[in-house]
Amino acid sequence: MKHALYGLVVIAATATVAMAAETAPTDVKFEDGAVGASLGPAGDAANGRKVFANRKLGNCLACHVNSDLAEQPFHGEVGPPLDGVADRWSEAELRGIVVNAKNLFEGTIMPAFYISEGYNRPLKDFAGTPVLTAQEVEDVVAYLMTLKEQ
Amino acid sequence: AGVATADESAELSIEGKTIPTRAEAPAYLENIDEVISGWVYRSDETQTLQADDFDNPAFVFVDTGADLFAEADGSAGKSCKDCHENVEDFAGLTTTLPRVNEAGELETLTDLVNECRTERMGAEPWKYSGTQMTAVTALIGLQSRGMPVNVAVDGPAAPFWEKGKELYYTRVGQLDLACANCHEDNYGNMIRADRLSQGQINGFPTYRLKNAKLNSVHGRFKGCMTNVRATPYKEGSDEFEALELYVASRGNGLAIETPSVRN
Ligand code: HEC
Ligand code: HEC
Ligand code: HEC
Repeated sequence: MKHALYGLVVIAATATVAMAAETAPTDVKFEDGAVGASLGPAGDAANGRKVFANRKLGNCLACHVNSDLAEQPFHGEVGPPLDGVADRWSEAELRGIVVNAKNLFEGTIMPAFYISEGYNRPLKDFAGTPVLTAQEVEDVVAYLMTLKEQ
Repeated sequence: AGVATADESAELSIEGKTIPTRAEAPAYLENIDEVISGWVYRSDETQTLQADDFDNPAFVFVDTGADLFAEADGSAGKSCKDCHENVEDFAGLTTTLPRVNEAGELETLTDLVNECRTERMGAEPWKYSGTQMTAVTALIGLQSRGMPVNVAVDGPAAPFWEKGKELYYTRVGQLDLACANCHEDNYGNMIRADRLSQGQINGFPTYRLKNAKLNSVHGRFKGCMTNVRATPYKEGSDEFEALELYVASRGNGLAIETPSVRN
């Protein structure tokens, strides 16, 4: 599936039992598009880098150029390049952007990665689930925090 | 591993005949000025395949379509050819489809073909995206190659067109995206390994290198919906027929390219 934005694989990880003290998608608190509190799990930047590139998880490369992942062949041009993104946004803002970018960028094409409702006609296997787990969101946020140029 | 870039200024010329791949957008398209064929955004190799009927892999299927056209089937023991002596007489037909019939229903080319099969031949309808249907619709579509798309959007077509327009702009799926997000707001941009086009249907049925067969319009709509993790409408459904009319109208002025080649 060369052009698939996302494959059809059910993400087994989203079905795992919630860890203790993990914020559910419907309980995330936004302030001016940002999410100050961690969703629970500690972020692992190395795994976040993998989630970012993985076509079935973040697939962030579908839309963003990211020089840190130059070894990956295809980077999209739909969104802005993410080089130095941690210089432009705080951790809370980056978490807000990954959880649901629509709160910061009204009407954006960027999908919300941590919502479990509010979308129409989801494929059955994805209904009621977010694209990423709380752990994966925290991993991606930790990874984005490493993208500094200054 | 770079991706072969599209030559966006290339000209499509088939058998010595230039086929325009751009046209001024019809007035009802509020957000774009120019309508552009998907051919423009394909790699040089893919563009070249469509420019020569001997190289175009779709023609194997068009030949199958010609055989099927002459093959008797059903309780009446008739072939298409028994009633439609020259397939060339269908020239111009697909520029006007989908259209509303006298009974007030929206009809597509597949509907017309299956109507002849069930009502005039006493045969089983062909499957919407099956080999026979895509082969025969490619054969019929080819007769209009080079002619400008000109579907009606007003009069009895208006309610169907409005419904199709609404579907085009409605976000769906877990990824919450509408056709317009990709094909109106981002055509020309790379989305990972693929260059986004305007999602035009002037070249359907289209041969795809990915699956080495002819692909139907509704099959493509279904694929795009599935990719955003949405439950697609059914092939041949009222929703997809209305969407087909609307998407066809977004290509009014573009030339029919059937059978086109895509990756
Ligand atoms: C379908 C396209 C798409 C996908 C997939 C996508 N984004 Fe985005 N992203 C955008 C667009 C477009 C913007 C610009 C905001 C706007 O104006 O709409 C953006 C903005 C951003 C920004 C702010 C950048 C800046 O410098 O202002 C960050 C950070 C970001 N995205 C991270 C991500 C991450 C991480 C992922 C994957 C988990 C991701 N994006 C997936 C389209 C996308
Ligand atoms: C028994 C006669 C008969 C057979 C067999 C037959 N058709 Fe028809 N077809 C007709 C008639 C009559 C019409 C409607 C009159 C018209 O508009 O030309 C029609 C209309 C059509 C139309 C719409 C034409 C238009 O301009 O509106 C298409 C397309 C078509 N047929 C394709 C086929 C195909 C493909 C087959 C074989 C699978 C086939 N027909 C078999 C008699 C037949
Ligand atoms: C996430 C992005 C995305 C969305 C949303 C999307 N598509 Fe597509 N579509 C693509 C890509 C990528 C291709 C292949 C490259 C191209 O031609 O744009 C494609 C191809 C097409 C084509 C084939 C174009 C050709 O020249 O052969 C059509 C038609 C189409 N899409 C229609 C639609 C319709 C209708 C919708 C809404 C139901 C839709 N798409 C939603 C990404 C998308």
